[in-house]
Amino acid sequence: MLKKRLIPIVLLKNGLVVQSKGFKRYQALGNPVTIVQRLSDWAADELIYLDISSEARYDLKRDDLKVNNRHSFIEILQDISKKCFMPLTIGGLIRTKEDVRARIYAGADKVCLNSKPLDDPGFIETCAKEFGSQCIVISIDAMRLDSGKLLVFKYGGKTPTSLSPTSWAAEVEKRGAGEILINSIDRDGRGQGYDLSLIQSVAQAVNIPVIACGGVGNWGHFKEGIIEGGADAVAAANIFHYSENSVYNAKSYLYDSGLNFRKPLWGKLEVI
Amino acid sequence: MVVIGVVNYGAGNFSSVVNAFQYLGIRYVEITKSMDFKEATHIVLPGVGTFSKVMDRLKCLDLINGLYCHINSGKPFLGICVGMQILASFGMEFNRCSGLNLIEGVVDKIGFEGNSLRLPHIGWNEVQQTRESILYKNMQSPIFYFVHSFAFYPTYNEHISSTVFYGSAVVASVEKNNIFGVQFHPEKSQHNGLQLLRNFAEVDIC
Repeated sequence: MLKKRLIPIVLLKNGLVVQSKGFKRYQALGNPVTIVQRLSDWAADELIYLDISSEARYDLKRDDLKVNNRHSFIEILQDISKKCFMPLTIGGLIRTKEDVRARIYAGADKVCLNSKPLDDPGFIETCAKEFGSQCIVISIDAMRLDSGKLLVFKYGGKTPTSLSPTSWAAEVEKRGAGEILINSIDRDGRGQGYDLSLIQSVAQAVNIPVIACGGVGNWGHFKEGIIEGGADAVAAANIFHYSENSVYNAKSYLYDSGLNFRKPLWGKLEVI
Repeated sequence: MVVIGVVNYGAGNFSSVVNAFQYLGIRYVEITKSMDFKEATHIVLPGVGTFSKVMDRLKCLDLINGLYCHINSGKPFLGICVGMQILASFGMEFNRCSGLNLIEGVVDKIGFEGNSLRLPHIGWNEVQQTRESILYKNMQSPIFYFVHSFAFYPTYNEHISSTVFYGSAVVASVEKNNIFGVQFHPEKSQHNGLQLLRNFAEVDIC
C-alpha cells in the first residue's frame, strides 16, 4: 500500500537556512547544503526546499561556513541534489517556464508554485503540459481571520486574495496541479499544531495528494495531520532544526503508532 | 569496463541520475547526440514529463536510431519513469502518441474502481516481483518512490517483472532480454534505488 510521507521543509533566505514565525520573523540557522545531508541520513521521505529570499542575493560572503560562496539558487540546488537521493521539491520565485526547466535540470524532481499561479492561473496548465502534472506542486498559504474565515494570501503572506483555500485548491486541480501543499500562515512557527479543519477541508475538496504544513510543535501533531486532517503527507520546517535525529524520531513515533509510514532505518546503509 | 551512458535530452532529471552513479563510483558518460552511444556499455534513459514531449525531444536530438542500435546489439538499457513508458507501442497522455515499440503494450491512465484513490500515485510503495530479475538482487522489502498518473499495460504478462498495488496491480517494472524499465525512480529511492542501479550496472553486456 502507498505509504504516508514525512517531509522536512527547508527555508532558504538569501543563502542561509532560516526558520520563520507567521511568515515574518526569520532567524538564520546555517548552511543550506549540510542541512540536506543530515535530513537525508535520517531517512526523510522527501525534501521540500523553499527559496523565500525577497531578492536574488544568494552570495553569503561568509568564509566561516566552509563552503564555496554560491552565486545563484541554481548553484545551491546543484550542490543539494548531489547529496539528496530522495525526492526534492523546489519552490520560491518561480515565474516562468524557464525557471521551472532550470530547476528540474539542476536536480529538482518537482517544483512548487505559489504566487505566480494566483496572478496567472494559466501558468499551471502551461507547466503541466510541458513537464507533466506530477512535477507541479501548488503551495497555498492561508490565513484564518479573526472572523474565522479562511483567505488565500500571496507574495509570502503579504497580499490577500479574495479566494478561499478550498475554491483555489479545486481550481488548481482542474488546471493540472499534481499535489497541493497547504500552509497555515497564522499557525506558522507557533508549535500549536496544524489548522486541522483547514487541512481537512482542502483534502476533501480535491482528489490529488495533499501535504499539510504550518504549526507543528510535537510528533503528535503529525499524527493529527494524517488522522484528523486526512493529509497524504505531513510537512514541517522549524521543528526538525531543533534537535538531532529529529526526522528519525518523528518517523519512529509515527511508525510505532501504527500509521502507514516507511519503517525508519538507522544510519547509512551499504549498497552491495 | 562498465560505462553507463545517461541520456541528457532536456526531458529527464539527468543530474539526479548521474549523481547516483557518481555516488556509487560507477563510470558514466553524457549522451546528447547519436555518436555518443558508442562510448557506453549500458544506457539509462531518465524521463520526466509527458510521453509525447519525451518522444519529441528524442526525435529533435536525433537519438532514436542510436537507442535502437544500442538495444538491438544486445547491450543493456534501463528506462526510468517516462523513459520506461516510451518502450511501449503507444501512449495515451493528451493525444495518442507512438512509442519505441520495443515492449508491446500501451501507456494509459492508472485505472481503478471508483474515485477513492488520488492521482498522481505519489510516494513510497512496495513492489512485488512477478518473475526473476537481476534488478532486485540483494534487496529486502523493496519499497520505491513513485510519481505518475499513467502506467504501462504490456501486451504480454511475461514482460512484467514487478507490480505495485494502487487500487489494483500496477506495472512497476518491465523486462525483455536486455531491456529493463522501471516506473519508479531508483535515483530517488535512497538505499533500494541505489542498489537497483548497481545491479543494472552489473548486467552482462552480450
